[in-house]
Amino acid sequence: MSLPRRSFLKVLAGAVAAMAPLGGNHFLHRWRLARRGSAAALVADAGLDRHLVHLADVPTQAGEATVAYAASPPPPPEGGPPGRRWVMVIDLAKCDGCRECTRACQAMHFIPAGQEWIRVYEMRDHDLGAPYWFPRPCMQCDNAPCVKVCPVSAAWKREDGIVIQDTSRCIGCRFCIAACPYAARSFNWVQPALTEAQRSLPDSVDWNRIHRKGTTEKCIFCPGLLKEGKLPACVTACPMGAIYFGDQVEDAVTNSQDETVRFSELIRQNAGSRFMEELGTEPRVYYLPPRKRVYPGPPEETLPAGAAGGHR
Amino acid sequence: MIERRSGDAFSLREHALLASMHATSRSYYALVGGLVAVIIWGLIGYSMQLRYGLGVTGLRDNFMWGVYITNFVFFIGVSHVGALMSAILRLTGAEWRRPITRMAEAITFASLLMGALMPFVDMGRPDRFLNLLLHGRLQSPILWDIMSIGTYLAGSTLFLYVPMIPDIALLREHYARGPAWRRRLYTVLALGWRGLPAQKHHLETVMAVLAVLIIPIAISVHTVVSWIMGMTLRAGWNSTIFGPYFVSGALFSGAAAVVTAMAAFRRAYHLEDYITVQHFKRMGYLVITLGVIYAYFTFAEYWTPAFKMAGHERGYLSAVLSGKFAPLFWFTQIGGLLVPLLLLTLPTISRVPRLREMPMLQPRPALAAVAASAGLLVFVSISGSPAAALVDVAALRALLTWAVAVFGVWLFVALLPLFRERPVAAAVVASVLVNIGAWIKRFVIIVPTLQYPFLPIQRAPAGWAIYHPTWVEWSITAAALAGFALIYILFSKVFPIVSIWETREQGAPHASGAGEVAHAPAL
Repeated sequence: MSLPRRSFLKVLAGAVAAMAPLGGNHFLHRWRLARRGSAAALVADAGLDRHLVHLADVPTQAGEATVAYAASPPPPPEGGPPGRRWVMVIDLAKCDGCRECTRACQAMHFIPAGQEWIRVYEMRDHDLGAPYWFPRPCMQCDNAPCVKVCPVSAAWKREDGIVIQDTSRCIGCRFCIAACPYAARSFNWVQPALTEAQRSLPDSVDWNRIHRKGTTEKCIFCPGLLKEGKLPACVTACPMGAIYFGDQVEDAVTNSQDETVRFSELIRQNAGSRFMEELGTEPRVYYLPPRKRVYPGPPEETLPAGAAGGHR
Repeated sequence: MIERRSGDAFSLREHALLASMHATSRSYYALVGGLVAVIIWGLIGYSMQLRYGLGVTGLRDNFMWGVYITNFVFFIGVSHVGALMSAILRLTGAEWRRPITRMAEAITFASLLMGALMPFVDMGRPDRFLNLLLHGRLQSPILWDIMSIGTYLAGSTLFLYVPMIPDIALLREHYARGPAWRRRLYTVLALGWRGLPAQKHHLETVMAVLAVLIIPIAISVHTVVSWIMGMTLRAGWNSTIFGPYFVSGALFSGAAAVVTAMAAFRRAYHLEDYITVQHFKRMGYLVITLGVIYAYFTFAEYWTPAFKMAGHERGYLSAVLSGKFAPLFWFTQIGGLLVPLLLLTLPTISRVPRLREMPMLQPRPALAAVAASAGLLVFVSISGSPAAALVDVAALRALLTWAVAVFGVWLFVALLPLFRERPVAAAVVASVLVNIGAWIKRFVIIVPTLQYPFLPIQRAPAGWAIYHPTWVEWSITAAALAGFALIYILFSKVFPIVSIWETREQGAPHASGAGEVAHAPAL
C-alpha cells in the first residue's frame, strides 16, 4: 500500500520534468508583464522559441513604449518587421460615409458575407451633437483584450504593433469577440465560400484570404501589402484621404492623396484622440475630431443620441 | 461495524433501499427510453451543427454566446451542491446530512459532466480542442476553467466514490449470487474492503482531507466560470463581485436541486424511512439561507450601477430592469427567489390554517382568476390587433399584468394552508422554481449585456441584431438535461442512492424519536 516516499518523489520529479516542455517552460516563457505604462499587459507570442523585446528599447519620437511585446529573432513571416510600429489616423472631418474602405477591404481579403472588418458607424455623441461617420477598423490595441483572453495563442501581438489572427489555430470559443469592446471581430458561422480567385492567390496570416468555418477573424492592417511597401487596402481606397497610415517610429503617416505628414504633429495640432481611451486598451488607431466637416454626416433623424448602443 | 453476511445483515429500510436497485418498474424503463430519445434528438441537432457550423444556432457576431453558455453556467452552478453537502455539512458534523450526501454528490458528478460538455458544444472548432493542451495559454480564463473544472470533476468523483467503498463491499456480498456484471463491478470497486479498523481509519482520513480540499476547489470553479464574463470590459459583466455572486447563485441552485432529487427518489424508491419531512425542513433552512445571501448579492450587483446609471451601463440596465428583458429578470427575482423563500417560510406561521376559514381565500376562485387574466394577457400579447381599434393595447397589457400579479398574490395566500399540510410539496415547488429561475437568470446575465455593446449594433445583417435561440440549441439543451437525469437514475440502479453504512452508523430513525435529526446541532 505504502509507496516509499523516495520513489514517490522520484516519480513526481519525473512527471514534472516530463511535463515541463509541455506546460511549465512554455508558461514561464509566455508570461510577460509590461514594465511600464498605464496598463500591465499579458501578451502572447506565437511560438516557443521567442524572446521578449521591450519596445522601450526601440527608438521612437513618441517616447517610451507602454507595452512589452513578445517577438522573435529571426522574425518569422508572422512576426512582423522589426523596428516598426504601425499606426493609423482617421480624420472624422473628412469621412463622408461612402464606405469605399469597407468595399476595398472586402475585395482584398474576400471577406465572407455578413462581416465588415472596417465598419462605418453612424455616430452622434449627444442630443445636441452633430451626427458623423465613424470608420472602425481593428484598433490593434497594445493592451489587447482579445489577445489576453485567447486560450490558444490564435491571436497575438506582433512586434510591429499588429494584433494578428491565426485562423488555422483558432478553436472558435469566441472569447475574443466577447472581450473586444469595439465589436471588431467576426466569426465564420457557416462555411465561407471559396472562389477560384481566392485559391489562386497566396495566403498566410499576413493576407488572410482563406476563411475557415468556426473561426474568428478581424482587420489585420494588411501586413501582406505592408511587406510590399503598399498601404492597407482601406487607406488606398479612401477617396477623401481620410485615413492615414504609417509608422510611429518614423513618425510619418500617409493617406490616399499621397500626403505624408508627421504623425505626432497631426495628432497634436488636431486634438487627435483614441476611441474610448478610458478602457485602457491603448489602441493604435487615432481619430481626428469631426469638426468643420465639409461633407454631410448621416441623416440626423435616424439617429437618436447614444443610438442603440448606450455609448456616451 | 460493517456486517459481512448477506441477507439478514440488512434492516428493513435497507432492504427497501436495495430493492430499488434491481426491482425495476415499467415506468423506469419508460423514463429511460424517453430520456434516451431526447438525447438522440439532441445528438441529431448537434450533428447538424457540426455539419453546417454554428450558423444553425441563433448565435451571431453580436450574440457570440447564448444558450450553451447559459447551460454551462447553470450546470456548473448546480454541481456546487456536492461540495456544500459533502464537505461543509460533513465537516460541521451536521448528522442529518447522512441520508442525502450521496444524492448531492451524484448531482455534482452528473451536472459537472453535462456542464463541462457545454463549452465543447459551443466551440466553433471542436476538432481542434487539443490546441487547448498543445498551445494552451495559462493567462486565458478558459484555461483556468479547464484546470478548475477538471480538478473539481476529479475531486468530486473521488468524493462520490470514496465514501461509497464500504457500501460497495456490502453490495459485493449482497450480490454474491447476482448478475455477473454486478459481481465483477463491486469486487473491483470495493478495493478489498473488509471493514478492518485500519481500512476505516484510512477511509476517514481520506474523506476528511477531501472534504477540506473540495471547498476551495468548488469556489474556484464558479469563480473562474464567472470570469469568462467578468474578465471582459463589457457593461454588465465588468463587475468585481461576479466571482462571489456566481458562487452564491450556484450554491442556491444546487441546494434546490438536491431538494427536488430527494423528493423524486423518496417517492420513486419509497425511501420515506430515510428521507423524512425533517430533512426537507433542514434543506429548506439551507435553501433559505443561501437564497437570502444570493438575493443580497443580486441587489448589490444591480443597485450599485442602477443608482449611477453611467453611460455605458444605462442600456443594459434599463433593458433588464424595465425594458425588453424585464419580464425575464423580474420572473427570476419574484418567481425564482421571492416566492420560493416565502413558500419555505410562510406556511410555518402558526396562524396559517386559519386562512382557510376566510371565505375570500379559497384556492379555486383565485386559481380561476389567475388563469383567466393570464390567458387574456397571452391572447392580447399574441394577437393584439383585433382589440387595437378599441383600446390601447399597451395599457391593456399593463392592466392585465397587474391583474395577474394581484390574483397571483391572492392564489398564493389561499394556497398557504395547503402547503402547510404538505411541506414536501412546498419544498419541491420552491426548489423547482429556484432552478427554473436560476437558468433564466444566467440567460439574463449573458444576453442583455450583448444586446448593448459599447458601439451600437449597426449594419448587422437581417436577424443578427437580436438573439433568438433555434431548435438546435433547445434540442441540445433538452438533451443535456436528459443526460443529467439519465446519468443520475442509472447511477441509482448501480449504487444505493442513500449511503447504507453512514446511515447505519447513525442508527435507525425510529430508535431515537426525532428521527435522523436527533444529533443535529441546534439551528
